Amino acid sequence: MESKEKILDRSYYKSLTRNMALIVIIVSFTPMLLVGGIIYEQFHVSYREKVYAHLEELVRKNKQNIDGFLKEKLGDIRFLARSFSFEQLSDEPFLQDNLTRLRQEFNNAFEDLGLINDEGVQVAYAGPFKLLKARYSEADWFKKAMMSQYVISDVFLGLRGLPHFIVAVRQNHNGKYWILRATINFQAFNSLVENLRIGKTGFAFIVNKEGKFQTEPAFDALPDTSFLDDFLKTDKRTKDGLYISEKTCSSDIKCIYVTALLKDGEWLMIYKQNSKDAFSELRNTQIIAFIIFFMGGLCIITMTLILSKGMVDRIAKADREKEMMNQQVIETGKLASVGELAAGIAHEINNPVAIMVEEAGWIKDLLEEEDFKEGKNLGEFQRALAQINTQGKRCKEITHKLLSFARKTDSRVQNVQINDLIEDVIGLSAQSAKYSKVAITATFAQDLPLIKVSHTEIQQVLLNLINNALYAMEKKGGTIEIASQLEGDNIVITVADNGPGIPKANLPRIFDPFFTTKPVGKGTGLGLSICYGIIKKMGGEIDVHSVVDVGTTFRICIPVKENPASPSK
Amino acid sequence: MQEHKDRIRVLLVDDEKEYTKVLTNRLTKRGLEVSKADSGSQAIQILRKEDIDVAVLDLKMEDMDGIEVLKIFKKMDPQLMVIMLTGHGSEKAAKEGMEFGAFDYLTKPCELEELLDKIREAYRARNRI
Repeated sequence: MESKEKILDRSYYKSLTRNMALIVIIVSFTPMLLVGGIIYEQFHVSYREKVYAHLEELVRKNKQNIDGFLKEKLGDIRFLARSFSFEQLSDEPFLQDNLTRLRQEFNNAFEDLGLINDEGVQVAYAGPFKLLKARYSEADWFKKAMMSQYVISDVFLGLRGLPHFIVAVRQNHNGKYWILRATINFQAFNSLVENLRIGKTGFAFIVNKEGKFQTEPAFDALPDTSFLDDFLKTDKRTKDGLYISEKTCSSDIKCIYVTALLKDGEWLMIYKQNSKDAFSELRNTQIIAFIIFFMGGLCIITMTLILSKGMVDRIAKADREKEMMNQQVIETGKLASVGELAAGIAHEINNPVAIMVEEAGWIKDLLEEEDFKEGKNLGEFQRALAQINTQGKRCKEITHKLLSFARKTDSRVQNVQINDLIEDVIGLSAQSAKYSKVAITATFAQDLPLIKVSHTEIQQVLLNLINNALYAMEKKGGTIEIASQLEGDNIVITVADNGPGIPKANLPRIFDPFFTTKPVGKGTGLGLSICYGIIKKMGGEIDVHSVVDVGTTFRICIPVKENPASPSK
Repeated sequence: MQEHKDRIRVLLVDDEKEYTKVLTNRLTKRGLEVSKADSGSQAIQILRKEDIDVAVLDLKMEDMDGIEVLKIFKKMDPQLMVIMLTGHGSEKAAKEGMEFGAFDYLTKPCELEELLDKIREAYRARNRI
C-alpha cells in the first residue's frame, strides 16, 4: 500500500516538474524564436537585396564598358570607311598606315584591316597574316554585312585559326558594295570581361545566342542551355537589360546568375557566382546567431530543469511537512480524547473507591469497640482492612495520574516542571513496562527551572520514546533510564535503554517521516519525526546515539529561555 | 472559645448517599454532630432549620452545582464554614469556590483523618470570628 502511494507521489512530482519546466521553456523560447526569426528574416532579405544590388551595379558598369568598347571600335571603322574612298583604301601602304595609327590609339586592340569587294574577295589587307585575296563570300559575317550597314561578328577561328571577331562596315561605291573590316584582338576584348572577378567564385563571360563562348571563362562554366533560354527569354529584365536569378548550377550548389544583354541582344554577358560565396558574410552571421541561440537555449533548458526540480523538491518537502503536521494534530487530538475518556472514568471510579475505603474505615472503627476485642480473627480483620485501605489509595493514585494526564492534554504553552512531567509519563507507562519486563528508573536533577512549553507535546515526545524502547525490548526485557539535568541554558532529558540498538544504516533515517522498521500496519513511521518536529518547534534539539546490542540513548535538549523564534525550518 | 456547645455540628452534602452515610457513622463516632443531605436543595432546607458550624460540600452533584449551593449557604449564614470536596483535576472549580468564601477544599477520596483535621480547623476559625 505504502510503496504504491510513494510511486504515485513520485510520478505526481515528476509530472509537476515536467509541466513546470515545459511551461517555462515554452514561455521563454516563444518570444526568443519570434524575435530571432523576424530579425533573421529581415536581415536575410535586406542582405540579399544588398548583394543583388551590388552585383547588378557591377555587371551594369561592365556591360556599359563593353558596349562602349564595341561602339567605339565600330565608330572608328565607320569613320575610316566614310572618310576614305574604296580606291584610297585599296592602297595597302595607306591601309597599313591607318592600322598603325589605330593600333597606337587603341592599345593594339585592332589586329588587322581588310578591304573586301562585293564578291567577298579581300582586295587590300594590312596586318600580320597573309590574307590578301582571301575569299569571305561564304563567311557568316560577310553575308550579314552585305545585308546591313555594319556588323560585329561573333568570335570565331576563321582562316587564321585564332579566336577573333570582326567589325565590318558596308559602303556603297558606284552601285557596288564594299566592306571595310577590322579584326579585334581577342585578348584585348577578353580582358574587359576577365577582370570582373569577385570573391572566390565570381566571374563573368559572354556567350552568343547559341551559347558559344565569346570570351574565355575563368572557370569551367558551360551553362545549361535551358538556363540560356531562360536568360534570353525572360521578361523580368530591368530597363537596361539586366536579369538576376538564382539557380542550382551543379549538384546541391546554388549559383547567382546576373545576365546582361550586349550588342543589341546578340550577346549575353553572364556573371556567375556561387551563392555560398556571395552570401558568405550572411552565412557567418547565421552561424554565429545559431551558436548564440543554441547556447542560450541550452542555458535556459538547463536552468529551467534545475530550478523546477529544486522548486518541486521544496513543494514535496512542504507537502511532507504538512502531512506530518496533520498527523501530529491527529495524534495530539487522539491523546486528548483518550485523556478525556480516562478522566471521565477516573472521576466515576473515585466515588465508589471513596465509599469502599470509608466503609472499611467504619469497620475498623467498629472493631475498636469492646465486643470485638476478644475475637480470635481480629488481627486478620485488621490486616484485611488495612489492605483494603492500601488498595484504595492505589486506586486513587491511578485515577489521579489519569486525571493529571487528561488535564494536561492541551497544546497551550505553560510553565512546566519537567521532573513532574517525567514522573507522570513514567506512571502512565508503568503498566506496559511491566508487561515487557522493563524497569523504568528516573534520575532527576533538583531545582530545575520551569520551562515554557506545551505539556501535552513534551508528554507525547517522552511517551513516544518510552514506547519505542518498550517495543524494542519486548522480547528480552531490560531497563530504561530517564534523567534530567541542567546544562547551561538548556534542560537535557536523556532516555536510555539497553535494548538491541539501532543498526547504523538506519540511524540517519530514524527521524524521517514514514521511516519505520515495524511490520506493515504496525507503525506509521511518524512517531519520531513528530517528536523531532515538536522539539524543533520549541527551539530545542533531539539526537540519538545507538550501539547495536548495547542500547539506544535519545537526548533531548530544551532551552530554558523562551524561544522567541517561530518554528525553525 | 464560645459558650453554649462543644460538639461540632457538621452538615455533609453529597449525592452519593452511601458515602454520606458511612462518613456520618465515622464522624459521629468521633464525637461530631452530623447531619447529611444528598442534594443541594435538601441541604438548604436543613441549614434553614438547624444550626450548623461546618458544611462539607461535594462540588459535583446532580441537582445543583456545588458552587451555587455554596453561594446560597454563604448568603444564608455568612459565618458558615464550607469545606469543598472535589475530584482530582477540578481544583480550578475549588479555587473558584474559595473566592466565594469557602474555607478550604479536599480532593476525593480523602483520608478521614485529613477531613477531620480540616473540620476542626474550620470550627476553630469560625469561633475566632
